Amino acid sequence: MSEDIVIRVEDLGKKYLIGHQVKRERYTALRDVIPRYAKRIIRNAADLARGRAIIGGEEIEEFWALTNLSFEVKRGEVIGIIGRNGAGKSTLLKILSRITEPSTGRVTIKGRVASLLEVGTGFHPELTGRENIFLNGAILGMTRAETRRKFDDIVAFAEVERFLDTPVKRYSSGMYVRLAFAVAAHLEPEILIVDEVLAVGDAAFQRKCLGKMQDVALGGRTVLFVSHQMAAIQNFCDTGVLLTNGRVTASGAIEDVVRRYMSASTALSQVSLLERGDRGGTGEIRMTEVSFKNGDGNYVQSFTSGGAAIIEIGLGGPRPRVAKNVRIALGVDSDLGQRVLVLSTHLAECDLTELPPDALTISVQVPRLALAPGRYGFTLYCSINGEVADWIKDAGTFEVEAGDFYGSGSLPMTGQGAFLMDHRFEIGSAAVTREKLEQLNSLC
Amino acid sequence: MKALETIIVLEPGRAERNYWRDLWSYRELFAILAWRDISVRYKQTVIGIAWAVIRPFLTMIVFTIVFGHLAKLPSEGDVPYPILVFAGMLPWFLFSSILSEASASVVGNANLVGKVYFPRLIIPTTAAVVTLVDFAINLVVLLGLILWYGFLPGWRIALLPGFVALAMLASLGPAFLVAALNVKYRDFRYIIPFCVQFGLYVSPVGFSSAIIPDNWRFWYSLNPVVGVIDGFRWCIIGEDSPLYLPGFTLSLVVVALSLWCGITYFRRTERSFADLI
Repeated sequence: MSEDIVIRVEDLGKKYLIGHQVKRERYTALRDVIPRYAKRIIRNAADLARGRAIIGGEEIEEFWALTNLSFEVKRGEVIGIIGRNGAGKSTLLKILSRITEPSTGRVTIKGRVASLLEVGTGFHPELTGRENIFLNGAILGMTRAETRRKFDDIVAFAEVERFLDTPVKRYSSGMYVRLAFAVAAHLEPEILIVDEVLAVGDAAFQRKCLGKMQDVALGGRTVLFVSHQMAAIQNFCDTGVLLTNGRVTASGAIEDVVRRYMSASTALSQVSLLERGDRGGTGEIRMTEVSFKNGDGNYVQSFTSGGAAIIEIGLGGPRPRVAKNVRIALGVDSDLGQRVLVLSTHLAECDLTELPPDALTISVQVPRLALAPGRYGFTLYCSINGEVADWIKDAGTFEVEAGDFYGSGSLPMTGQGAFLMDHRFEIGSAAVTREKLEQLNSLC
Repeated sequence: MKALETIIVLEPGRAERNYWRDLWSYRELFAILAWRDISVRYKQTVIGIAWAVIRPFLTMIVFTIVFGHLAKLPSEGDVPYPILVFAGMLPWFLFSSILSEASASVVGNANLVGKVYFPRLIIPTTAAVVTLVDFAINLVVLLGLILWYGFLPGWRIALLPGFVALAMLASLGPAFLVAALNVKYRDFRYIIPFCVQFGLYVSPVGFSSAIIPDNWRFWYSLNPVVGVIDGFRWCIIGEDSPLYLPGFTLSLVVVALSLWCGITYFRRTERSFADLI
């Protein structure tokens, strides 16, 4: 192994066995259930005898989360691992941090590794903040002496001085996350492996952590970093590796890798509707596809709250003539299926009195998206002269990522509402008159 | 400095070469996990640590009445029956709580296993060490009993720590095995409480193992707890409870074998814990 290569991955592969449930007939009779149950017991017992794990479902399939993966990481390099969900990033990190074993290939690591796959691993709710700092430090691989030396820094970083001797179950979720982060941010191993942990916590604190980790990187340590936030990755990393379906599809300078990732993901930023048979309407107009773009007109996989969003709808169908009085609407549903918003030509007062046959797309432009981060579904609707021409329920979904909507660097916590709205607070005394106050006082 | 740099190679099926050294270097984590379990153990309970006393104490009273008074089983020499029972109860509760706590411990710490690396052997061992606290408390109860009956143990009591270690080793063997199996087959969660309940009557807890017919006594010691309990009584009661050497040796062999099996199986499967848990 050459002098300054600290991680070498060769032909790495990881196999999982997954079970599938076979589709059931509608009626389940007891005489069907009993033989099936008996069959399962026999199979599980056979697995036990052969020392194999029990896998639910009737059909078992091999699934390779990683195949023939090879790359090298140099000393002092800050490397970003990019890829879609399910591309194998987490599996790779789990192997590198020795949590799970590879199925094929080999990894050689030089130096002490600390991995941070989750914030607050091992935190115990009954223990106090002070106790949890030592516990978490030990779990992350710090010695007690090291933790004691950094204790004051950690406490100051987390801003929880007053609650040090309170059990963490009494902490607010913000305090909890801050404390957990603070311990992790003070890790100083030779190689640091960090998974998507920055996805939690408010934006200001995230920046603080990123800054702290940048210091670690500047100190000559090697950092492997996984994130979905391309901005953070580009800021933080020098080089990158792009994973697609468990293989390396690009590696090198971070800008190139991010570009590759973005262009590869345009396929995802479009939803084709041609195959959809479950649609209503006369069919005079057919909506053929939907694509998502940002304010610059580039295809994106997800929107950002506070940023511009453009949804482009492809138009097809047999349209020999100009269509009159066309209305197009887009209903947006929350993750729970609740309609949260309708965007329509009618509401925006731009009904299309005439739609020429050569009009191939129509796009909805939202200058400043006010949706909270999350996944949204949408339904498409199109009518001509009040008659439904095309109607596709649950046409697709899009993601909204956290962005700086308020310009304050903060967003509400997850679950605290689907909408963002400009607002301000004002202190005043005129609103309550003296008489009203006296009335209130007399009531008390 | 360069020469000291650790190089880790990860390959399928590669047994960790520096396993035991690695285990040693994680001793601080071991200590801190044990401390966590101890300090959390009796939080939000009303009588707290008294639980550690009540369980064996009540069992002792019941056993003394059932075996000593109703069944009229003989004690050893002129030893008061409660002391005979308690001297058997001590190692039995140590054994059974290690077995049940440690065998559930890996699954119970699933969040750690899935997110950080450390030699997994630490988890069941920690669980075992934690039960020593309850054991120490019970030892004080035994001392109280001894004073109450004015019964004076001989010099052999000094050997007791050795038998405590034996009790731990005897339980750790099966505990490692079951802890590893439990990750794959959760059936063991139901089997262990049953085994513990069963074992209380099969092992010589409520009676002296001297009442076992002579031609069976050797084979009776296949149960490693028999050797452990006999050893405890030998230490505490002394002369009146002579150690049956062939049986004790057999128990030692069984303990060593099960420990070897447990550790081997645990180590062979621990790399896949994170995938199965």
